[in-house]
Amino acid sequence: MSILLTDIHKAFAGKVVLAGVSLEVREGETLALIGQSGTGKSVLLKTIVRLLEPERGRVSVDDQDVLSLPREALYDLRRQVGYVFQFAALFDSMTVFDNVAMGLRRVKDASEADIGARVAQCLRLVEMEGFEGRLPAQLSGGQRKRIGLARAIATRPKYLLYDEPTTGLDPITTAVIDQLIQRMAAELGVTSVVVTHDLRSAYRISDRIAMLYDGRIRFLGTPDEIQASSDPIVRAFVEGLPAEQQEAAI
Amino acid sequence: MRHVWTVPVAATGRFALSFAAAFGRFSGFVAHSVRSSADVQTWGRILVVQMARLGVDSLPIALFIATFTGIVLSLQASYTFTGAVPQYFVGTLVAKTMILELGPVLTGLALAGRVGANIAAEIGSMRVTEQIDALETLAYDPLAYLVVPRVLAGTLMFPIVVAFANTVGIVAGWVTSLELLGMSTPEFVRGMRIFFDPYDVQYSLIKASSFGLTVTALGCYFGFTTSGGAAAVGRSTTQAVVASSMVILVLDAFWAATLL
Repeated sequence: MSILLTDIHKAFAGKVVLAGVSLEVREGETLALIGQSGTGKSVLLKTIVRLLEPERGRVSVDDQDVLSLPREALYDLRRQVGYVFQFAALFDSMTVFDNVAMGLRRVKDASEADIGARVAQCLRLVEMEGFEGRLPAQLSGGQRKRIGLARAIATRPKYLLYDEPTTGLDPITTAVIDQLIQRMAAELGVTSVVVTHDLRSAYRISDRIAMLYDGRIRFLGTPDEIQASSDPIVRAFVEGLPAEQQEAAI
Repeated sequence: MRHVWTVPVAATGRFALSFAAAFGRFSGFVAHSVRSSADVQTWGRILVVQMARLGVDSLPIALFIATFTGIVLSLQASYTFTGAVPQYFVGTLVAKTMILELGPVLTGLALAGRVGANIAAEIGSMRVTEQIDALETLAYDPLAYLVVPRVLAGTLMFPIVVAFANTVGIVAGWVTSLELLGMSTPEFVRGMRIFFDPYDVQYSLIKASSFGLTVTALGCYFGFTTSGGAAAVGRSTTQAVVASSMVILVLDAFWAATLL
């Protein structure tokens, strides 16, 4: 049971973003996907649940070929995968309760009482009890991300995909979100992929880190290994060198 | 080497190609939406809400337009007929014009602005803020959730709104003829009944239903295909209103040519 990406190619309007990415996410691990802006991290994350379809390559989740699944089977698979969006993507017109309950309403035989209990449990997990009646517009950025996380875990998924969960947050809220990601992995036993720019976050939450560069995986290893890497491209990213100095380093 | 005369030919060709491509994309969108309409469980519970939003909430603007149209029709008919045609023909003209043309078309155009723009802006905003992707990840078919209930609601509710508009327009014309033209109720009713054909009402409602389908389908299409940020949402909204208004006028001519 894992996520397996093989030789993924994706281009937008002729611009190649992914040029043969292969990556395995092992069961139960938290893998951080890092890289400069525009290197295709979010694109790769979206291909896992077929929000985007690559031109070439194979995506396998739980040994199912995601790209060839018929519609109903794809929706069944998506119920196993929670997705936390960069800006939460909460439904504006719905309350926090309805946002979190949205996925649960697709579960067969789930009564309103079951849904209410599960929503309360998820809100407790992300420490947002008492916010059920609020609208997304009444929440701060960090609160919205927590609700987005509660919505993603509501259907008890086996996988959690996080798209830049800490972008735009202050350091304290970032640390809180990081703790939540660790708690989800520890308490729910989910396999997670976290797209992030934030290296401190990546070191804190991940078992392994993959770095995307020039359309391919440039590095794959533990947080200790990436910090000890002698690859000049990896070093330049880890040390936060600007482009000119990166080229000099190479 | 290119000659001057090739420029308009090339421009016409480019326009034809882009129009064909856009038509193809819209047809694909419609085909997928028809397939998604089988997912009754998803759109069934939203349909009534959309019928209220697109239909009931549109009544005030539709009735406002109909009231003043009825008044103007009555006054202009009287002005035109002075001396030459019996006064009771004011009733004929008001009823016939409201039911056959102005009721459905003016309501359709007004709702292209209100409903079409609203749908395109709402769905466009959902697209650029990844809410449509979020629906997908929660195992919802976005076409079944967003498009099917809106298009069905528009197709079902536009005729009802137009029926109210036709009635209010005729009543406004009648009151005007009593108060400002010195006509009597029997005179106005006599005029109305001379050329009245129940088929006219059917024709009016068929037109209204097709306008409802057009306005909502185009609003959904332009909203769904929005890409970019806030500016793109504005662009989609404008495109939805312009395209809906143009298609309403083309459909108006089409129905007149085929059904009358």
